[in-house]
Parts: sequence; structure tokens; C-alpha cells
Amino acid sequence: MTECYPQLLLRNRRPGETALLREYLGSGGYEGLRKALTMAPKEIRETVKASGLRGRGGAGFPTGMKWTFFPADQPGEKYLICNVDEMEPGTYKDRTLLMADPHQVVEGIVIGAYALQVTKAYIFIRYAYEPCVRAVRRALVEAAEEGFLGANILGSGFSLEVEVHGSAGRYLCGEETALMNGLEGKRPNPRFKPPFPAVKGLFGRPTTINNPETLANVPHIIVNGVDWYKDLALNEKGAGTKLFGLSGHLNRTECFELPLGIPLREIITDFGEGVWKGRQFKACLPGGSSTAFLTAADLDVSMDFDPLKERGSGLGTGGVIVFDDRTCMVRAALTLTRFYARESCGFCTPCRDGLPLVCWLLEKIEKGEGSLEDMEMLRDQVGNINGRSFCPLAMGAMFPLEGLLRNFEEEIRDHIRRGGCPLGA
Amino acid sequence: MDAFLSETEISEFRERLAAAPHPRELVIDILRAIQKNHGWVPDEGVELTAALVGLSPLQIEEVATFYDKIYRRPVGKRVIHVCDSICCWSRGSEEISACLQQKLGIKFGETTADGIFTLLPTCCLGACGEAPAMLVGLNLYGCLTVEMIDEILEKERREAMA
Repeated sequence: MTECYPQLLLRNRRPGETALLREYLGSGGYEGLRKALTMAPKEIRETVKASGLRGRGGAGFPTGMKWTFFPADQPGEKYLICNVDEMEPGTYKDRTLLMADPHQVVEGIVIGAYALQVTKAYIFIRYAYEPCVRAVRRALVEAAEEGFLGANILGSGFSLEVEVHGSAGRYLCGEETALMNGLEGKRPNPRFKPPFPAVKGLFGRPTTINNPETLANVPHIIVNGVDWYKDLALNEKGAGTKLFGLSGHLNRTECFELPLGIPLREIITDFGEGVWKGRQFKACLPGGSSTAFLTAADLDVSMDFDPLKERGSGLGTGGVIVFDDRTCMVRAALTLTRFYARESCGFCTPCRDGLPLVCWLLEKIEKGEGSLEDMEMLRDQVGNINGRSFCPLAMGAMFPLEGLLRNFEEEIRDHIRRGGCPLGA
Repeated sequence: MDAFLSETEISEFRERLAAAPHPRELVIDILRAIQKNHGWVPDEGVELTAALVGLSPLQIEEVATFYDKIYRRPVGKRVIHVCDSICCWSRGSEEISACLQQKLGIKFGETTADGIFTLLPTCCLGACGEAPAMLVGLNLYGCLTVEMIDEILEKERREAMA
């Protein structure tokens, strides 16, 4: 029996439908904005900080902290960007959220913009999400008609313009500095940090980049308060709910809103309805492709940022990718690394040359032509690439590789010993 | 030959460019509009974008060539992007890819002789819950099986010819 957990972000989800303003208002929509506009911007930033909300885009940085670093009182142009370049393999929660209830993200953007005192926001949407572009544009029109957007919002004197930017592909555009270059109409190579976006971001001005799921949490925090929000999580340190997108070898691969701190086993067994075809669980990536493999020994882990980090993995985007007992983990790691190698922008050597080298080594081992030296060379590459690439792309690629070497060394050795894939992949 | 941009589109872009504090941010919009009309972005499209925005063709080229959904070479009327990332791989994308290559008689990177389909791999489409998935033009197809391919190709072919 599946436990029913509180639904905030997906409360208006209906199969194949997108909630219109009417439904959103009927479920308490824009109450957060009304309340926020009676508060001082600083008070909102402090409230979000106290709520324990952490970024839902992958890095898990505390949102309130990011916002308190922002020079909200600095005069002149400042920007808020909502990053819908969702392209991390295993991640489809932002699409689910925007297709179900786009106003929630719009409300989060307006509150965020007010808290940061920015008057222009961008929603950066990936090429493949054309239906999201349409849903968001419609929501923006509806919101503007009701005075939730545009000049003098709800008579508060605060004004905000929101623009949608449709992108044209490439994983790297989701990296915040690459994204800003993309928005500016420049080649989206990443930028050197510092200066950080809060100091010098889009068009050289202070900028904050937030994930849509992160922003969608903000109205709920404002309406219901910090203690309520913290209590939603099942573990003591956690705060709020999380959208988990299930994929891979499960019977049910859907997106669920579940409390943070929920045990991985419950997600797989109750919500994913177990491993498909009656097979056994072998491994999973708990938070999208840039996290390390977990094994059956980890099934009781609390799905939250710190507990997963303690196990050498991460919550990432909350995309739970499950592999059954017939999966060749070398082959899985190779598929993952090929993705990163192809999506590399080629700007820095560890990424441009290091990732193809990792692919070559994994291919050799998979074909049964590998040696123990190759395995050691793989290990060396983790050290050579981690911390040395210009942006986080190559480091993201190292998480599954590290997980492979840590948890499945025996399977690699088996490939080498047998001169082929023991699973016949 | 199709016009790269209609006169109406050109005047609309001129207005938006004049109103934008940072006109360069419209580069992708213009390139995508040209591609929508012409199917892909030829050198003349790059030059037209450069002239509209007031940049050099090289500045446009370095943007255009970064994106995998801006086509700088001729493609068929429908580009098929098959996801080969981890979730789709785990649920049989290799079989789908093999089936598409066999049915279309082309390899990845090629276009069918009738000019209808181009086959390309793509990274994650954000349809991991409906794996394996592919994008044909801007239409997403999920939960693919080999049995579904004929019907999808037929539908897309019909629409492309219409």
C-alpha cells in the first residue's frame, strides 16, 4: 500500500492537463505573492533561509543563502533566471511540474524577484520542451491579466517583466554561467568564477539563477511558514518535499512528490512498484546521471542531500535510475560517459581529452580486451579530471565512474579475467 | 526556394531588436525562425542574422555551431533525434536505433534519399519515465517499441509531404 504524502507542487496534477489560472487560484494560488508583497524583501530572504530550502537543480545549495548573498539593494539592472534547461539524464521533474501547474513557478519567480528587488526575469527553456514553452507563455499572459505580473503588481508599486528564452540544445547550457552566455546570444562556453553571478552575471549585472522546482517551493514557505515546511521532511535535517522522477528498470516510472528523507527502498518498492520483470535490484543512481551508483546495501538510505553525500553519492536532481541484476555496470558506465564526452564543449583539456580516454578504457574492458592496468588507468583519470576541469560537467561524469570503481570492481575484474562481458552485454 | 525570413518576420525582428536593451539576445530566436522556414541554417541565414543584429557572421557562426538543434547542414524535412542516454538505453533504445536505421536504410548522420528523414542521436530528452523516447521535429514519442516505428514514420512522412 502506498503511503499518501502531502502534495504541494503536484497538487493540481491531472493526467494530460495543465492547470489554468482558475484552478490555481482555487487551490490557494498567488496567496503567497499577496502575503510576500506585504513583507520587506529582506524578510522574505531571511524566511527562505530559515526554511532550509536547498536548490533542486542538482547542487543543493541553500537557496536562502544564495539570496542573502545577492546585492538586492544595489541600484540598476539585476536579473533572476529560472533554469529550465533540464537535461540531466534521468531528470524530468521540471517538465512534469511545468506541464501540471506552471503558475506555481510563475508565482515563485515573482516572489523571488521581489525578494531580490529585480525587475526583469528570464525563463530559459530547453529546445525539446516546446509544450512547456506554450504552457508557460499562457500562464504568463493569464498572470499579467490578473495583475500578478507587469507594472505595479497588485498595487504594491513593484514591477516585473518576465521573458521566455527558447534554447537550441546542448546539456552544457544548464550550467549557470554557460546559460548566461547563451541568453546573451554568445557561444555558451562556461565562464570563469569568480566573479560569481550574484556579483557579475547576465549582461555583467547581479544575477541569481534558480531551478523551477526551487522557486515553486517559495510560495508555500511564505504562506505556511518555516516550521511547517521543515516538518514536511521525514528526516530531522531535511526540509520540504522533493519531486522524484523514477526511471530505468522499475515497473512504474513516473514522477512523484515525496517528502525529503524518505528511504530509497520505499521509493523503489512502493512508488516504483519494484524492479521490473520480477528481477532483482542491482544498483541505482539516486539523483540523475551525475551521482554515484548505490547498491542494495544502500537501500535504507534517507533520500536527502547530506545522507546521500555521506555515502559518496548525492541527491542531485532526484532522478532515481534503477538497474536490474542483468545490467552490465561497465556498459552502464560507458553509456553515461559517452553522454558527457559528447556534451563536452571542448574548452578545457581534462574534459575534452579525458572523457574520451575514459570511454576508450571502458570500451576495451567491456569488449574483453582490457587489463588490470586499464582499470588502474581509469582510477587515475578520476584523480586527473576531478577538480581540474573548467566547469562541473566533467566532474559530474566522474561520480558514476567513481561509483563503478568503488562498488563494482569485482565486475570489472571479471570482464578482464574472462576476456568478455560476464553478462553477455 | 523558401525565403529565410518573411518580410513580416524581418520587420518584427527589427522592432524587437530596436526595443531590446541587448539586441544580441535575439540571435537564437532569429536562427530558429530561419530554420523553421528553411529547414536548416545555410551561410546566407548566418549572414542575414548577423546583418539584422549588427554582428559579424563569425560571431553568429560560433553561436550557431554550438547547438545541436541548429542545423548548419541540410537535413530532411523531419529530423529524428533518438535519445541514447542512460535511461533510454536501459529500456531498449539500441533496439529502436537499429530498427530505425534498418527501416530508413540510413545510418546516424544521414538523410533518406527522398529528403524526408534525417537520423541523429540526442542526449536525454527529459522523457526518462517514458523511455525509450525520440523527438521527431518537435514531436515527442515515448514508451517506444519496435512495433510502433512503422506507424510513427508513416504519420510523420504524411505530415512532411502535406
